[in-house]
Amino acid sequence: MRLAVKQPTGSAEIDMTPMIDMTFQLIIFFMLLINFSEADQSERIHLPSSELAKPADAPLESPITLQLTTVGTVLLGGEEVPLAGFKPLLHREKQFLQLKADKKHQAQAVANATIVIRADAKAKTGLVQELIKVCQDTGFEKFVLRAKQEEGDLKR
Amino acid sequence: MRIRNVGRHGEGVELMMTPMVDIVFQLLIFFLMTFKITSAEGDFNVKMPLAAPSQGKPDELQLPPLKVRLTADPGGRIAGIFLGQAPMKDFRQLREQIVGIVGDDTGPGSITDTQEVELDCDYNLDFKHVIDAITAVSGQITPDGEVVKLIEKIKFAPPRGS
Repeated sequence: MRLAVKQPTGSAEIDMTPMIDMTFQLIIFFMLLINFSEADQSERIHLPSSELAKPADAPLESPITLQLTTVGTVLLGGEEVPLAGFKPLLHREKQFLQLKADKKHQAQAVANATIVIRADAKAKTGLVQELIKVCQDTGFEKFVLRAKQEEGDLKR
Repeated sequence: MRIRNVGRHGEGVELMMTPMVDIVFQLLIFFLMTFKITSAEGDFNVKMPLAAPSQGKPDELQLPPLKVRLTADPGGRIAGIFLGQAPMKDFRQLREQIVGIVGDDTGPGSITDTQEVELDCDYNLDFKHVIDAITAVSGQITPDGEVVKLIEKIKFAPPRGS
């Protein structure tokens, strides 16, 4: 019996170029939009909204972000403490700022630092004021209240 | 002269794509997992000087602050808005009053520049109403989308008891 000689078959090649192009474009998209400052934006805090809350043109000087929850605790970095026991944490931040600055400008470094208050929309205003008072007692003078940007007009 | 054909036909340089594709997919998954959509945030400056008395003469040009009183019901919702002693229906009316006070006076030394607003709020008032009040007094957006600044010097009155 005569057997037919088989022709060598060429392997099927997939064109990878469009897939790699797309993948790189996706990576670039996510790289540009990634936000590494998540420690300063807790998901537990639902900021109040304002039509006038526009992102700042210039970065704030030595910002320290304090997040006030509805239950009256303060989030600073990764730590959560009740407002009553918050002073030592703030004092540590103050010492850190002083260490970073020259010896001559240590007092100025604290006064020039900006305290960013991210308080929950449902937090009590009295607690926000108490938080500001604790910061003032520690030597901080500049404060900003943070709100999320929202279109629309004033509500009642 | 005889030239020898040294090269072999049909043999291209093959790149190993598999490790690169692996890494690229790992990067893609990392970015996908860490991606979080956040809305834009903005800041309102609050003027809260230290309690210690400042040195030097007080500024004669400094007008007395406009007092905005916000009262709350037991649930923390807004119960009343007062500009001085005058009750306001809502934050829109408060803004209209502020626009009336500021008028067209802008530039250095103007009311916009020198006037202060002091917010006096109930302890249990929800913070969002404070932001509404600050929004009402600090500016407005024209139909063209431009922001007109009103009074940006804002401070809090001493906190009321809980």
